[in-house]
Amino acid sequence: MNEAIQLIIFMVLLIVLSPLLGKYMAKVFMGEKHFMKPVFGWLETSIYKVSGLKSEEEMNWKTYLYGVLLFNLFGMVFLFLIQMFQAYLPLNTEKLPNVSWHLSFNTAASFITNTNWQSYSGENTLSYLVQMMGLTVQNFVSAATGISVVLALIRGLTRKTTDALGNFWADMTRSVLYVLLPLSILLTIILVGQGAVQTFSHYVKATTLQGTQQIIPLGPAASQIAIKQLGTNGGGFFNANSAHPFENPTPFSNLLEMFSLIIISAGLVFTFGYYMKSKRQARAIFITMFILFALGLAISLWAEYSHNNVLNVAGSMEGKETRFGVMNSVLWSVTTTVTSNGSVNAMHDSLSPLSGLVAMFNLMLGEIIFGGVGSGLYGIIIFIILTVFIAGLMVGRTPEYLGKKIEAFEMKMAILAVLAPSIVIKLFSAVACSVPAGLAGLNNAGPHGLSEILYAFSSAAGNNGSAFAGLNANTVFYNLMIGFGMLIGRFGIIVPVMAIAGSMAKKKITPVSSGTFRTDNWLFVMLLISVILIVGGLTFFPPLALGPIVEHFLMNLGVTF
Amino acid sequence: MKTQTIIALKFLLVMTILTGIIYPLLMTGLAQLGFHSKANGSLIMKDGKIIGSELIGQKFDSTIYFWSRPSAIGYNPIPSGASNYGPTSDTLKKQVTARRVLFAKMNSLPDPLLTPKEMAFASGSGLDPHISPEAALMQVERVASARHFDSTQKEKLLKIIKEMTEDPQFLCLGESRINVLLLNLELNKIHQ
Repeated sequence: MNEAIQLIIFMVLLIVLSPLLGKYMAKVFMGEKHFMKPVFGWLETSIYKVSGLKSEEEMNWKTYLYGVLLFNLFGMVFLFLIQMFQAYLPLNTEKLPNVSWHLSFNTAASFITNTNWQSYSGENTLSYLVQMMGLTVQNFVSAATGISVVLALIRGLTRKTTDALGNFWADMTRSVLYVLLPLSILLTIILVGQGAVQTFSHYVKATTLQGTQQIIPLGPAASQIAIKQLGTNGGGFFNANSAHPFENPTPFSNLLEMFSLIIISAGLVFTFGYYMKSKRQARAIFITMFILFALGLAISLWAEYSHNNVLNVAGSMEGKETRFGVMNSVLWSVTTTVTSNGSVNAMHDSLSPLSGLVAMFNLMLGEIIFGGVGSGLYGIIIFIILTVFIAGLMVGRTPEYLGKKIEAFEMKMAILAVLAPSIVIKLFSAVACSVPAGLAGLNNAGPHGLSEILYAFSSAAGNNGSAFAGLNANTVFYNLMIGFGMLIGRFGIIVPVMAIAGSMAKKKITPVSSGTFRTDNWLFVMLLISVILIVGGLTFFPPLALGPIVEHFLMNLGVTF
Repeated sequence: MKTQTIIALKFLLVMTILTGIIYPLLMTGLAQLGFHSKANGSLIMKDGKIIGSELIGQKFDSTIYFWSRPSAIGYNPIPSGASNYGPTSDTLKKQVTARRVLFAKMNSLPDPLLTPKEMAFASGSGLDPHISPEAALMQVERVASARHFDSTQKEKLLKIIKEMTEDPQFLCLGESRINVLLLNLELNKIHQ
């Protein structure tokens, strides 16, 4: 009963608040008046002045993309370097040594791509300085990058016969100042009120009641946790991520963190609606995402509450926290994998096989069910283009989306964006399964071992960052493989998306007629869902069958490994 | 393109200062002013010494204390973490069976399978400060007899458990639970 109420609260919050946030974001990005403008407007102008940029100067797709890539490159180099030399830098209260080159590379790639895969364990690897000036900064700007890229794509789809896709720096600035920062400030304060730590003190030595020594790690955690949730980043301040009592102290903080990780991605769908001047179009996309989300959640809940014959338990508590219970752990696992957040409040490695499968399948679909901030929306637009094309083939008409013709160039780019992450998942997993360095990292044997590897590369390619965390990924092999996987999964999509934005912007808009194939009705929703599931299903069914599916049947027989 | 390069560098610098320095410092300032104890880890002091944090579980395996949950890291928080054993793991199966047998034996349960789930399975953080009220009640007899409590002391203990049980937050969020460290601190007070 309690479970049902919590589920309903979450869904109602999502459905009611995402259109409101979407409307606000539309005002922000379309340059209209909004209530945060008087608060941070002065800061916006000074950022433009200091950076020496003209915010009203619009860019073509190549200049915009150049800005994205360059900014990310510099961010990555900076983050790499401050880890490599953290021992010589200030705010290293615990005198932690420099981070190894491969872990620095992995973490830098992880944070600029909005993946936030944790090969590191925050509390014994990274100094406060790296957490603040490295990770927190990338939490903000990688999320803002996602929003900026989708804004460019949206402008490309809704403008006609132009080169202009907006100004990358202005989009970045507005995303940070008016969306991410105010929400983060609000969330930080509430989280600290619930018990999340926010301090620069040393770790504390305690003598426990039974007389042993316990070192309690502290740090400026809440400020980072807030943006890690809101920006669909997910990289924890502490190793246990949001299962850690300092990172997620109460059921209320849990609800807020879970809600924060989906709300901006959901809101952006409605922002898109304002650009298209069609709430119906936006609603169709939202409904598609919501149905896929709800389906996964239903399967996952059913699987987790079913009886496990090996452990003789229904609703196992392995890897779960008492204060959250089973329902909140499953709801979080599905929410964090449909969005590309990847933070966890329970360990996915210990979920039942089919709950693990749902999480993994969400990653494999390419993080398009709400998805990452910005990246989820441009991801699903790619699938919309595919769907429109397939529907066009079926009825024998030139495919169109929002009055724009979809032609060979857009299709090539869309296919590239779909293939890039799939290649990472299958090829890299295959390599890891065939070399000793890959198999050495396994924590579980049998089909679950395969799942650990498969999950790691799905998480990397989908820029999610959650893990079947038993896999020991802090090795040269995995740090490099996963690092490159994340970069391909991010920029292998951003580049074709920007190319599509550029080519769409140049096109004319054909007025709606009776012959127009509609993309705002139930028929389209069903088509889109089918395309998403068929592409995902066909691509990944074989490895999933060998991993979680076979494990499910073996578990029912009581087989252990 | 050259101007973009310079802008990119300056912009990264500006963002690093804004979101990497000003934002965390401002938040720390506000947190320290508004929620001093919580922002610093909800530490518990006794006789001028730190004995732990309200939020960070401690290892309790002595008969005179209420036990906390199994932990994959033995309640050593550097770093936090879980077992990450999968649902068909042989190691996990053996661990769970052993924990059930032990819990049932120590607390005189007729069947190991009556052991509450959270006492048989390790937590996600390895630092879970809570157990369910049921798990606490099952341990009352053992704790009381280990401490040679008389019936009034035992009554008092039951009352404390009732008082310290945290209901779901705002009536519906999360699970009923009880903080093991705080409970054991209260327990020590009865003894004196």
